[in-house]
Amino acid sequence: MKKTMYEKIWDSHLVCEAAGQAPLVYVDRHLMHEVTSPQAFEGLRNANRKIRNPHSILATMDHCVPTKDRDLPIADPIARKQIETMAENCRENNLNLYDIKNPNNGVIHIVVPEHGFVHPGMVTVCGDSHTATHGAFGALAFGIGTSEVEHVMATQTLPQMKSKTMLVRVDGKLPKYSSAKDIILAVIGKIGTAGGTGYVIEFAGEAVIDLTMEGRMTLCNMAIEGGARAGLVMPDEKTYEYLKGREFAPSGSEWDTALAYWKTLPSDDDAEFDTVVILTADDIAPQVTWGTSPEQVAPVSGAVPSPEDFNDEGKRQACISALNYMDLKPKTKITDIPVNLVFLGSCTNGRIEDFRIAAEITKNHKVADGVTAIAVPGSYKVKEQAEQEGLDQILIDAGWEWRDPGCSMCLAMNGDELTPGQRSASTSNRNFEGRQGKGGRTHLVSPAMAAAAATAGHFVDIRNL
Amino acid sequence: MEPYNNHTSIAALINRSNVDTDQIIPKQFLKKVERSGFGIHLFHDWRFNDDGSDNPDFELNKPAFQSAKILVTGDNFGCGSSREHAPWAIADYGFNTIISSSYADIFYNNCFKNGILPIRATQEQLQLIANEINSHEGCSLTINLEEQTVVTPLGNNFAFELDPFRKENLLHGLDDIGLTLEQIDKIDEYEQKHRRLYPWLWT
Repeated sequence: MKKTMYEKIWDSHLVCEAAGQAPLVYVDRHLMHEVTSPQAFEGLRNANRKIRNPHSILATMDHCVPTKDRDLPIADPIARKQIETMAENCRENNLNLYDIKNPNNGVIHIVVPEHGFVHPGMVTVCGDSHTATHGAFGALAFGIGTSEVEHVMATQTLPQMKSKTMLVRVDGKLPKYSSAKDIILAVIGKIGTAGGTGYVIEFAGEAVIDLTMEGRMTLCNMAIEGGARAGLVMPDEKTYEYLKGREFAPSGSEWDTALAYWKTLPSDDDAEFDTVVILTADDIAPQVTWGTSPEQVAPVSGAVPSPEDFNDEGKRQACISALNYMDLKPKTKITDIPVNLVFLGSCTNGRIEDFRIAAEITKNHKVADGVTAIAVPGSYKVKEQAEQEGLDQILIDAGWEWRDPGCSMCLAMNGDELTPGQRSASTSNRNFEGRQGKGGRTHLVSPAMAAAAATAGHFVDIRNL
Repeated sequence: MEPYNNHTSIAALINRSNVDTDQIIPKQFLKKVERSGFGIHLFHDWRFNDDGSDNPDFELNKPAFQSAKILVTGDNFGCGSSREHAPWAIADYGFNTIISSSYADIFYNNCFKNGILPIRATQEQLQLIANEINSHEGCSLTINLEEQTVVTPLGNNFAFELDPFRKENLLHGLDDIGLTLEQIDKIDEYEQKHRRLYPWLWT
């Protein structure tokens, strides 16, 4: 029978299907951060259970960590306790932790690929919805709740329902200055934030294959914003090249064995998907969200819609509510929207190529008056690389702040946040009400668009630069 | 986990779509290392004014909805992050049942781990329930998990779908991990094969 990549990974990880219970799926890799794990460790302790495979776990601290003055103790006592609890839990259970002072520290979905911890064909979980990122390697990677974190620690498995399969094919070549971020925002604009519910999405087509590994990570990262359980891209030479030589990648004869296995993973020709969505890359302009849901998105050359543009009553109401929260008038040109703050970073766009393009756009320009621009590398490794390439200096010379790594203003847990009424151009993944600070207004964009907005003080069509 | 019992309870209506986990429990409350005490922060940014007083315009602050155990709400409820703090806050506030036309995947799974029954209704059923609540705020719905039915005050009765094992676990308040550990031989067996097939994952 012809199988999709998802079906191949599912079949090879099925432990058993006991009568009256959900199928039990084996978990190869378990990623952790400080926010969604403490209650799971406590649950294990209370039940007197042990972690089955400590070697399957890689942990970091990212959500609550300050991005400046890292040498000082964390000011917020509750955040400090969460960080200390993570360190204590990892020590007690002998887990591999990249703590706040570790040169490998960074955002979980940035550091895991950097160390080659996730490989094609693996089932990977994390108490974090953006675990979908690792689908870029052809791994089935998805977010779970804290009870499931505890479940995986105790059993190395999870009861799971099989998902439906969706193929999102992006044909043709992406225009210059459009990026993986613009593809995924366009996909979400098309299918909606619930469009992928119950599905695992496989991204394919020329424009997807053409992406770098970093771009594929950006693409899969936001599969969850389309409601999907996971996103996948088939592994190919780029994937193998990226993994080779990294710390947790196989080596020697094991590399050959692994490679032979990985090459069996891509979906069979003519494998059937439950749903197929096709986009044409040539049509994908740089995207800007105008509302409070990632599906409320428009091309930079477009305008903010009017409620009457929506036939669906729910979407019409959502538009009214979003325009009110965002303080935007219908028909405002996207390029007329001003910004006060620019955030470059996050597990979506905190990788080296994101800083390269931002520096390229920023070079010989200054941050506009009244705009604060913050660059937060996804990891110390990204930071170090950017500094070696002189990208930090280009940004600093233009007036950007150059910070230490962390989730930072993507979810604003660490004190980096918008004040009420502030408007951001953000390379992160969610524009929900209050996401970046109560009353803050978020516009999601690519790194190139963010950098251009920092210089202009409003959105600009970077294709015209 | 407490077993889920059939009940007749007040149903509160939040007639909005795409209610995300950042609204259910804003991020500033995710720093705690405990599972309990999140109910007071449920829907914080909608529920309270800047000075900490109740926002009278927010649905759950209506007197008629106090002590509601059933939350009726719009499409794609619980979208966004995987934070289990969202169902913890919902359960801690006092809800044990949600009725919506659709849920985000991770949120839906998380509900069952916390004794919350997320009922999937059709758009028509949801509209009908919302209409009844709107015309009589504070009215009660009857939930029967064994029969998988919801009965409204006007006698409208509809059945809902639910995976049999999820139903069983909720009804008996079963510990998922305990159930999985009953399959420990199967897991051991799988792992032996796994070591043989994928040795690079074990070095």
